[in-house]
Amino acid sequence: MVKKSWIKIALCVCLLAAAIFTEDINHLISFALYLAAYLVVGYDVVMKAVSNIMRGKVFDENFLMSLATIGAFSIRTYPEAVSVMLFYQLGEMFQSYAVNKSRKSIAQLMDFRPDYANLLTEKGEEKVDPYDVEIGSLILVKPGEKIPLDGVVEKGSSTVDSSVLTGESMPKDVTEGDEILSGCINLNGLLTVKVTKEFGESTVNKILDLVENAGNKKSKSESFISKFAAVYTPIVVIAAVILAVVPPLFIEGAVFTDWLYRALNFLVVSCPCALVISIPLSFFGGLGGASKDGILIKGSNYLEMLSQAKTVIFDKTGTLTYGIFEVSEINPVNITESELLTYAAYAESYSNHPISVSLKKAYGKEIDKTVLSDVEEIPGCGVSAVVKEKRVLAGNSKLMKKFNIDFNEKPYIGTVVHIAVDNEYKGFIVISDKIKETTAEAVSKLKSDGITNIVMLTGDVKAAAEKVGEELGIDNIHYELLPTDKVKITEDIIKNHNGKVIFVGDGINDAPVLALADIGVAMGAVGSDAAIEAADVVIMNDDLTKLSLAIRICKKTIGIVKQNVWFALIVKFGVLILSAFGKATMWAAVFADVGVSVIAILNAMRALKVDSLNKQ
Amino acid sequence: MKKNYRLVGLDCANCAAKMERKINTIKGVNEAVVNFMTTKLILDIDDENSEEILENVKKAIQDVDKDVEMKRA
Repeated sequence: MVKKSWIKIALCVCLLAAAIFTEDINHLISFALYLAAYLVVGYDVVMKAVSNIMRGKVFDENFLMSLATIGAFSIRTYPEAVSVMLFYQLGEMFQSYAVNKSRKSIAQLMDFRPDYANLLTEKGEEKVDPYDVEIGSLILVKPGEKIPLDGVVEKGSSTVDSSVLTGESMPKDVTEGDEILSGCINLNGLLTVKVTKEFGESTVNKILDLVENAGNKKSKSESFISKFAAVYTPIVVIAAVILAVVPPLFIEGAVFTDWLYRALNFLVVSCPCALVISIPLSFFGGLGGASKDGILIKGSNYLEMLSQAKTVIFDKTGTLTYGIFEVSEINPVNITESELLTYAAYAESYSNHPISVSLKKAYGKEIDKTVLSDVEEIPGCGVSAVVKEKRVLAGNSKLMKKFNIDFNEKPYIGTVVHIAVDNEYKGFIVISDKIKETTAEAVSKLKSDGITNIVMLTGDVKAAAEKVGEELGIDNIHYELLPTDKVKITEDIIKNHNGKVIFVGDGINDAPVLALADIGVAMGAVGSDAAIEAADVVIMNDDLTKLSLAIRICKKTIGIVKQNVWFALIVKFGVLILSAFGKATMWAAVFADVGVSVIAILNAMRALKVDSLNKQ
Repeated sequence: MKKNYRLVGLDCANCAAKMERKINTIKGVNEAVVNFMTTKLILDIDDENSEEILENVKKAIQDVDKDVEMKRA
């Protein structure tokens, strides 16, 4: 098909050259050559136009191009007539080349769709379509293979690469009992996996669906251009008719062919193709490029809104912080830090409370239960136990008061565990949530990316909220909130602020707020169906800096869209105005049609390249 | 009901936009989206007379470009 088109183009160019060459020698031969060149390249278009006229369609591109070129023939501007058709065809070819290339590069990006699964049956191993594997079946995943379905490792251990899902090439070790997601690549070991989801419901399929269908939700700029295109062509064509007919009738000395030439220029510029194609192409590239970085944007409309965001609301626990409690401070009194921690860990060793768990984790050694006795839980206060023949009290300030132990009561962020040994105060340990490593960087990046209002919401106490806010440079903080308060505050922010509002949460407990915000972003959502469902934008891993990357990708994409729209409009209207005054040749009109299309398409294809944004 | 189709041979963005506009004016079509880049048509149509509505959709597509074929996705 493409080859055939090239032959046509080449033949047309040769005939055209011959025609120009023979022009001074013999008019008739020259005309015949022009006509041949025209027919070689324009036959299809003219035929389509004829069949369209039969059905009464006059605003069809084929018809308008045929009319323009035949008109050009009629006023003896042969080279123009042939060239308009030639460039029109070249433009069309370039257009389908570009579209195909974009489609292919996205397909490559999305090339993590598994083609088969090694199903274990009674007869042994069998290669089947992942669609045919039922829940509960066992499948074998060999080194180097893609994991075809979500499941749990039944046998074996290995390292898996989840970079296609998260955009992050951190290999993860998995072993028996671990959950494993489809789309990851098994790097070394042999794994037997028990399937927990059908292919249609599996992570890889959901993500592919989401990326592929993102373009279905159209942006405002796309709808605007679509509406614009619907009126643009008729208006330009009507203007052309008026231009050809009215001035020769009413202006004295006006030459009909001169005005016809101007009108034909209008017809050449009447196709809104450049505008119409470059927008979906840009969005497609932006959405695809973002997904490569583990950022799934569920629609062109969200991409557009992200670029206009001015406010980001963060949920604190689990988003800015890990949501996991850790020992953050050890304050011993007349004792070493490790001794204090040992006493605390031993005293709390029987409990499964998160506080005890984090104490044991910080202690990090095996608890020797033989030196531990008389463990007694004191409800609402803490615990009393005998450790290495010493009576240890570990708990809150109420416990210390209860046993009349002198201690320093200072407000601390997080949970404070006071420890007394044989009724003597030995100090306290603070357990608090930890801020994620990337959070501070993410917040400052957002500020430099034009986010003017950063808000933190939390159910946590004032002191903890303020400390996190201070560390991250977030001054707009709301604390001690119930889930309904979060909804209320978000509503107020949306009402009182210009620009779009982003809410970032973990997507698990904050579905109402995710839905309410202009753009709901779920973090670290890989494998969580609920989060993928509820959010408008899904960041697959836990890295908050991806949010500013997402905003940058969106801004770049929208920037390209705007450049294309303005460029195309200015050139087209410029040429229309110049043509109306007889100052533009048909060559300018061809440029305004095909040239603008090609440039807009090349510009749109930049949207796919997002690598450089990552490094900024 | 929601239905997905592939538009085989869809190679002009303006045609895609025209089809989308046209299909949306058909009676019984609640929403139609033509995704040019993925060559997909996403239809939300009334359950009643769905056969007839689909026939009209097909007609609208062929009316814009007779080389485009509507296939079940």
